[in-house]
Amino acid sequence: MTLLSLSSLSAELGRKTVLRDVALTVNEGEFVGLIGPNGAGKSTLLRAVLGLTPSQGNIELGGHAAASMSAAQRARLTSYLPQEREIAWPVTVERLVGLGRAPHLPPFTRPGATDEAAVRDAMRRMDVEDFAARRATELSGGEKARVLIARALAQEAPLMLADEPTAGLDPAHQITLMRVFAGLAKEGRSVIACLHDLGLAARWCSRLVLLANGSIVADGPPRDVLTAARLRDVYGIQAYLGEDGGGLVVHPLDLAE
Amino acid sequence: MFIARAIVAVSLIIAAGTLPAWATDGAPSRVVSMNVCTDQLAMLLAAEGQLHSVSHLAGDPGVSVLADEAGRYVVNHGLGEEIFLMQPDLVIAGTFTTRATIDMLRRLGFRVEEFAPEGTFEGVKANIRRMGELLGRQQRADELIAELDAGLAELASEPAPPLSVALYSANSYTSGDGSLSNAVIRAAGLQSIADRLGIVGVQRLPLEQLVLANPDLVVLGERTYDRPALAHENFRHPAFTAIASQDRLVRIPDRYWICGAPFTLEAARLLRDAANAHAEAAR
Amino acid sequence: MSDRMQYVAVLGALAVATLALFFVSLTTGPADVGFGESIRALVSGDADLLTLVMREIRLPRALLGLMIGATLGLSGAVLQGYLRNPLAEPGLLGISASASLGAVVAIYTGISVAFPLGLPLAALAGAVLAVLLLRVMAGERGGTLTIILAGVAISAFAGAMTSLVLNLSPNPFAATEIVFWMLGSLTDRSMTHLWLSAPFMLAGWVMLAMLARPLDVLTLGSDAAASMGVDMRRVQFLAVFGTAASVGAATAIAGAIGFIGLVVPHVLRPLVGAVPSRLLPASALGGATVLLAADILVRLIAPGRDLKLGVLTAIVGAPFFLWLVWRTRRRML
Repeated sequence: MTLLSLSSLSAELGRKTVLRDVALTVNEGEFVGLIGPNGAGKSTLLRAVLGLTPSQGNIELGGHAAASMSAAQRARLTSYLPQEREIAWPVTVERLVGLGRAPHLPPFTRPGATDEAAVRDAMRRMDVEDFAARRATELSGGEKARVLIARALAQEAPLMLADEPTAGLDPAHQITLMRVFAGLAKEGRSVIACLHDLGLAARWCSRLVLLANGSIVADGPPRDVLTAARLRDVYGIQAYLGEDGGGLVVHPLDLAE
Repeated sequence: MFIARAIVAVSLIIAAGTLPAWATDGAPSRVVSMNVCTDQLAMLLAAEGQLHSVSHLAGDPGVSVLADEAGRYVVNHGLGEEIFLMQPDLVIAGTFTTRATIDMLRRLGFRVEEFAPEGTFEGVKANIRRMGELLGRQQRADELIAELDAGLAELASEPAPPLSVALYSANSYTSGDGSLSNAVIRAAGLQSIADRLGIVGVQRLPLEQLVLANPDLVVLGERTYDRPALAHENFRHPAFTAIASQDRLVRIPDRYWICGAPFTLEAARLLRDAANAHAEAAR
Repeated sequence: MSDRMQYVAVLGALAVATLALFFVSLTTGPADVGFGESIRALVSGDADLLTLVMREIRLPRALLGLMIGATLGLSGAVLQGYLRNPLAEPGLLGISASASLGAVVAIYTGISVAFPLGLPLAALAGAVLAVLLLRVMAGERGGTLTIILAGVAISAFAGAMTSLVLNLSPNPFAATEIVFWMLGSLTDRSMTHLWLSAPFMLAGWVMLAMLARPLDVLTLGSDAAASMGVDMRRVQFLAVFGTAASVGAATAIAGAIGFIGLVVPHVLRPLVGAVPSRLLPASALGGATVLLAADILVRLIAPGRDLKLGVLTAIVGAPFFLWLVWRTRRRML
């Protein structure tokens, strides 16, 4: 089933065109890595899908036009992990993760058993159960990032949009996160994640979408998208491209000549 | 800075050169009054041509009984420069007149006499007597004092109904012992709520104390203004209107008892009349 | 103790304190009447003058103290949650000062005499303008400093305009009443004032209470909240008009009383696990407690002097504010 379908999507920030005529379809069970240099329009693409940035063109979520959806309907189909990791108040980790259940709760009701199960599951996946009772504002950067991802997971939306989820995580937690996302895809959900780490993107994503100057320049399995020529043309780098145990290995080496 | 100093220097020279001469009999011949109360005493006492100027308030019928008569004099606004140019040989001021102005006039060599507001009829008589001496009009002063005494005696001779009176002004203020208005209530033979509550001078009388004191008559002490202010909201408070129904309200024009003079008796007479009317209606 | 039980205990303790102070306020006043006697006069209604004092002077004063305190505490908690700014408060942000300006225009031009509802409505209008202006100044991600500075500017301007209106009034008493508008007082307010302001405060409370869950979600920032189904335009509408209606009505009746909206949510936040939705009822009760206590103190410290409430709240609140600024200065710069 198609979770997300974009066609002729454009967006401007101020006078600058940030997205140009983008078309993209994401189906159930895909882990899509959204890659591209700084300013390519990755974050704007996610924000446009969520309705946070005004855009022109068609956005369909789960087969319905996003424009006609309420914020709550949209929230049951998509979860979002913003780049800024804001936690305004020193609430406990458990309560913070529990906020992910908000779109599922009718007004003035308290979370039920399903909600608690979803919160526990999300905390287990992100390995944050140990500090469930700690104040979220007192955690280290990496811990905070994992808690916020757990929050997005607890929302249990079929499509997750994550803006640079691996930033600030140590290698083990980066890999844990990639496994979690790949696991979600295996369960039939989908993830679209903006990634700067080409190595992680190549190894874990089922599909990569390469953006440059607001347009999609390549879309397909990592092996097809990450070619030496594209890395040189789009990123301006030369990289080591290799194979290891059935996976693609990409490692940037130097600026392109 | 330099200019200011030069002006002061020049003024001092002028002042020294033209210091007013005293009239031959020792009484001042060009008197300027700067306060609405001294204005009225001076108008009552001065000989023809002796009083030169009165304050602008003297012409305000809201606060001055002699407002019409004030039109015969030059008006001043209590400004030092203005008084200086009038070159008076006597300046009469109230103790509430701007300190700086009075000090400046004294520095410039003018004779300034200050009058304190009166809190009793004895004080009023003393002020009349002193004004008479200053103006060289002792005989006229004695006449006014006699007029005042006669009025007080007349009020005391008739029995007053046993009623209590509260003065209630804007911002919940009242006047007690030591104020002229309280003396007027006593002169009218009525009991002052302020005396019962032990209020001295001008003080706040919280609305709830007024309500519990339950006065027979309430005197609203302020003139009304075109535009509202919170200060007058106490008059519209439901608790106030409940105890101060229209038949208990007495309005006495401010001009009669802002200043102490023989005409202050008029305030006491109005109060006595209101008390008699109230006692009559109650019967 | 589970955190829900702790929350219930905190609310219970605050409710008891509010109720106790409400009765102390009822029985405090320049007229020296015993506790039992005054409550009996209030309830039975057969003690002529004392009943009049209790029902028309003490009761409206205590009720207004309760409601205005609750309004200030609640709106402080909402503004802090909405702007995600620990220094937000109707007083510091100039909302109270702007509401004062609206009220002053309505009263001193005589509008409120001819049309009594004009008073709360004008105060509401002033407050709405202030909140909207703040919202524009703060932008999507307004820093702590931007919002506070905008508040300072709004306060100064509204204060100057208030002073101008009062000075231009032909009534000589008007000019001295700037103190009331800047520092607030509940002296000799009446039931008329209560009927005039209570509907606006209640309406404001309902709007602010509807923000409970959105404020929780806003802990994660406005983008995350929007992605979680929070309709940010609705939130903004409720926050702006809920604050303006309740603070506007409160200020129109009692003048601008500062710092309660700042201090109360701060002191209570740790006690409710920093959860914004839980902070709302707690701050409402806490605000009522503090204002009732302040209004009792002004009567005890200087009986017959009409000491202004803002004097007491500033004595406690201003040093607290400085301490907060000192503590958050790194985050602000």
